[in-house]
Amino acid sequence: MGQALKKEGVHEIVSVADLNLWYGSHQALRSISLSAMTGEVLALIGPSGCGKSSFLRTLNRMNDLIPIVRVEGRVIVMGQDIYHDGVELAELRRRVGLVFQRSNPFPKSIYDNIAYGPRIHGERRRSELDGIVEQSLRRADLWEEVKDRLSASALGLSGGQQQRLCIARALAVRPTILLMDEPASALDPRSTAKIEELIGMLRGEYTIVIVTHNMQQAARVSDRTAFFCDGSLIETGVTSELFTNPRNAQTQDYITGRFG
Amino acid sequence: MRSTINIAKAMVGPVERDTPPRKMSRRSVGEIIFFVAATVSFLLCMGTLVVMVVDLVQTSAGRLTWQFLSGVSSRLADRAGVLPAIAGTVWVTSIAMVISLPIGIGAAVYLEEFCRRSALSRVLEIAIANLAGVPAIIFGMVGLHLFVRWCGFGRSVLSGGLTMALVVLPLIILVSREAIRSVPRDVREGSLALGASTMQTVWHQVLPAALPGLLTGAILGVCRIIGEAAPLLALGAVTYLTKTPSGLDSPFTTLPIQVFNWISRPQVAFHHNAAGAIVVLLMVLFVLNGAAIVIRARGQRRG
Ligand SMILES: Nc1ncnc2c1ncn2[C@@H]1O[C@H](COP(=O)(O)OP(=O)(O)OP(=O)(O)O)[C@@H](O)[C@H]1O
Ligand SMILES: [Mg+2]
Repeated sequence: MGQALKKEGVHEIVSVADLNLWYGSHQALRSISLSAMTGEVLALIGPSGCGKSSFLRTLNRMNDLIPIVRVEGRVIVMGQDIYHDGVELAELRRRVGLVFQRSNPFPKSIYDNIAYGPRIHGERRRSELDGIVEQSLRRADLWEEVKDRLSASALGLSGGQQQRLCIARALAVRPTILLMDEPASALDPRSTAKIEELIGMLRGEYTIVIVTHNMQQAARVSDRTAFFCDGSLIETGVTSELFTNPRNAQTQDYITGRFG
Repeated sequence: MRSTINIAKAMVGPVERDTPPRKMSRRSVGEIIFFVAATVSFLLCMGTLVVMVVDLVQTSAGRLTWQFLSGVSSRLADRAGVLPAIAGTVWVTSIAMVISLPIGIGAAVYLEEFCRRSALSRVLEIAIANLAGVPAIIFGMVGLHLFVRWCGFGRSVLSGGLTMALVVLPLIILVSREAIRSVPRDVREGSLALGASTMQTVWHQVLPAALPGLLTGAILGVCRIIGEAAPLLALGAVTYLTKTPSGLDSPFTTLPIQVFNWISRPQVAFHHNAAGAIVVLLMVLFVLNGAAIVIRARGQRRG
């Protein structure tokens, strides 16, 4: 994968062409073509049920877990067609991390939550794990709050802390791409601000694709924005342009709050 | 279900303006009848239990001595003890659990994590539920043919343990499946999203999170084994033993079988012994069930 990345150049780290996705007979994504550039923050917006999560979950093949899903089209991630037969799912998901809408820490200690990923990928050395845990928690801006209680249960953290723990957990396996599905939708304004700040800090180092319902949030954190509606991609553009000067009437209606 | 809904309706009743008053009062009469019936049922259950325990304790009053607990079988009632039966119970239970726990939990993992929603899983689910309802004596017959005769293990503690493993296997599978199913999907997805395989996810996340439920299942299984006499009688367990089992091929007896034997003797003194053995059995079950409750409560507080 790393080889291919260099060959393809650093521009399109994710490139989706003509993607269709069905849940049984219900088509949730219609002929989507969309790319993400290396190091950018790409925001996905659109009304509820338009297929944002479905799109996000095709990028690390989490849709495979739903037996009725059928996917057609080409999804190239870091130079590799990930719906090709020979793809190693474990390696794909290590490099394409996912942060869920509802924070889902494991019912284990804070330390074990972070160390779990590196451990299943073969890291056994305690000193190495200690380093990864500290570094990941620092990146997620959680270290100062939890450094004295690493062995306490992660379920004892607040909602915002739990979500940052999940981000730290995703960072601990050193991904290249970070997918975030409405990471702040269940959080209060302060925790939301914290998460946004965090995305700002991670920008450039990781390629981030983030789903959000919050238009201001998309405007604040993203470089480019894609607007989905009813399973179709309506418009993509540089965030500042899309929000000030949308080309499509539907986009205009949505961002000015006339529907959705 | 219906009555729960009615109670819920009765509770919001006064706010509903359009409900005619007559219907309201009839509803509350039904509610009173239901409440009285439920209370009477409860008191009947508890009453029976209390009467039984009091009677047992009185009957066995003189017998619960150290000598009774540490003594072996004897033709004289006041010399006979329950040590071989206690030891046999421990042997049979241990063998049965060592065999049925890994197999039962393994089967539950397979059904829940690897072939969920398939036709096979549904057929197996029905089969297992039916097996759980099969009278234990049938398993005894199976054990007699399969282990005692066909495998040639004889009427040994090994045959007893294997037969009991068959008896509790359906129960363990059912309870373990329930425990595994109660682990939130979020946990599984979180693990898979980090690149873990299904096997790693089951081993490192699902099973630890399901542990309280699995332990509860194990303890329920132990209780079932300890109280069960029929399959071992069908197997032909010995009832007069002057030694505790010394190996897998030793003859054995267990507490319920000892009770059964003593009760069927004409001398009243042996009946008192039986009562004593029952009290010992009840104490063991009480402690185990208590442990199950504590473990479950801990699991809930953590999860
Ligand atoms: N597991 C599933 N089984 C069947 N249909 C599904 C499933 N998940 C999603 N869908 C359908 O696919 C469509 C797109 O869903 P998706 O979750 O991708 O939307 P979304 O844009 O993320 O919505 P929201 O903003 O509410 O999260 C919806 O019509 C939904 O009903
Ligand atoms: Mg969604």
